[in-house]
Amino acid sequence: MISSISSDGTLLVFSLVLPVIGMLLAMLTGGRHARTVVLLMLVANVAVASGIITGIWESGQAITYHLGGWSPPLGIELRADGLSAAMMAVTALVSLAAGLYAPAGFRFPPSKGSPALESRMSFVFWFLLSATVAAMNLVFLAQDLFSLYVALELVAFAGVPMVALSGSANTLRAALRYLIFALIGSIFYLLGAVLLYGFYGTLDISLLAGLVEPGPSLWLILAFMTVGLAAKTALFPLHIWLPPAHAGAPPAASALLSALVVKASFFLVVRLWFDVVPGLPSPSASQVLGAMGAGAIMFGGVLALLQARLKLLIAYSTIAQLGYLFLAFPLAFGMGAGFETGPALTGGMFQAMAHAFAKASMFMAAGLIAEAIGHDRIADLGGLGRVLPVTCLAFGIAALSLIGVPPTGGFVAKWILLEVAATSGQWWWAVFLIVGGFLAGGYMFRVIVPALARDVVPPTLIAPVSKFREAVVLVLALLALALGLFSDAPAELLTLGRPPSADVIQP
Amino acid sequence: MNIPTIFGICASMLIGLGLYGIIIQDQVLRKLLSFNLVGTGVFLLFGVIGRRGAEGGLGGDPVVFGLVITGIVVAFSATALAVALLIRLHEETGDDTLLDEAPGEEEK
Repeated sequence: MISSISSDGTLLVFSLVLPVIGMLLAMLTGGRHARTVVLLMLVANVAVASGIITGIWESGQAITYHLGGWSPPLGIELRADGLSAAMMAVTALVSLAAGLYAPAGFRFPPSKGSPALESRMSFVFWFLLSATVAAMNLVFLAQDLFSLYVALELVAFAGVPMVALSGSANTLRAALRYLIFALIGSIFYLLGAVLLYGFYGTLDISLLAGLVEPGPSLWLILAFMTVGLAAKTALFPLHIWLPPAHAGAPPAASALLSALVVKASFFLVVRLWFDVVPGLPSPSASQVLGAMGAGAIMFGGVLALLQARLKLLIAYSTIAQLGYLFLAFPLAFGMGAGFETGPALTGGMFQAMAHAFAKASMFMAAGLIAEAIGHDRIADLGGLGRVLPVTCLAFGIAALSLIGVPPTGGFVAKWILLEVAATSGQWWWAVFLIVGGFLAGGYMFRVIVPALARDVVPPTLIAPVSKFREAVVLVLALLALALGLFSDAPAELLTLGRPPSADVIQP
Repeated sequence: MNIPTIFGICASMLIGLGLYGIIIQDQVLRKLLSFNLVGTGVFLLFGVIGRRGAEGGLGGDPVVFGLVITGIVVAFSATALAVALLIRLHEETGDDTLLDEAPGEEEK
């Protein structure tokens, strides 16, 4: 295991410290300046993330940093490989977009309504936005299972209040249900981590990778941790908390929750299966995980077709799209080879990134639509394209990526997965990939086709739509498109700095 | 049967009881207490493992104490957050369960 401390290891520290500083400064300066402080922090965070990517790209190796100069197992290691860097960049971009999009909704002082509530809402949003970024970065960087547990809890603590920002009874219920699922999920994860510590005496991922041995106890631990994380990722059939939580939050918060927060626990499943126990998972266990993913694609797709409200449709689409992520696990078994990092993981991570951009864009577009015409009933969206052309364009591009139409990022993800399904002889996953695409096409065209209809009276605008916010939404959708057009560089980045592959461990 | 085994069994029983409570109870406060029971079980398991892993005349493995304390802080914050949300829910609706969810249609 190479663990040289590269000179740019301090960038990793910056990526954790900056958002926390932003958060504390925002608290000190109060609601009026919170927005400026946090936006500056988010811009700096994009710079730090691109610095980390450059570092990994140029050296071809992971960047590591040992806190206080103590090396594992006693010290805590931060480590950014290609996967972390890619996800950090996505987090930085989506959170910046959410910050730029949000001001109109979370401006201080409030324009009308109850001043106390509104100003508290705006203040809390900026606070939670910084907290989410800090916690997400920690999830991507931490290299021991306990720091990851703390990071996971921090993500939940930032995400849950975001659900209940509006303070209505329905969103409070949704937030509490989400919190209970998140707590059960993380306590299961912690249980697995404790047992791993009991068996192997360390929680460091790279040390564990060299120690773990296949056996019933390891399968039990893996099952505990995976189920816990699946509950937090809203993997079917543990998804019931997601639609009310994501649909009830304000648009900028929904975008963060759907695009980023659920990816944190998915990222941990990837770390667990590919890095902690490399080469060990059995085909049957991964088939179970794949089956849950396939169930999510079907179930989420069908329920999205049935929704009457746009935000709920998008939330159910999140469940379906999260299903694709878990198809990467069975597909990681190549032709007869063991479980390993390869194109299937690249496909899964591409899906995570493309979905983050597309879904953030879509939730924000839905927010603009709801503000502009005063409702989000799908049945009454006819002719919307004529009154909100830019928003509808962004929504359309994001939809194409979710469906998987070339040349979007979603297409690249699904194409890689489809190709792996064909070459590894697991044709049944290809069926779900294709049917899932049709379902996504179905529920997206339910919105797009009436919106572009010519022969209906367009809905009347009750409020003007800010050009700037429309531009933010469009840029996010274009990022999902760009991920497909320029897919070579991200695909290569994902493979950089990965730990030595499974063959080291395999007998 | 040695002492770590007895405590290990106690820990598993706490976890089992807590999970049962989380699933069975309707009232959110009871769910939270059950969650804390599960948490206690996991922390007890930490203690058992620390005791088992003790070497060189130490009373226990010091690493796990650090982990347990952090874990307790996290579980405490989680409970506080949940109780705050629950109090707010009770103020809004007078209800302390998640059962009778109002249909999503009539919201706003």
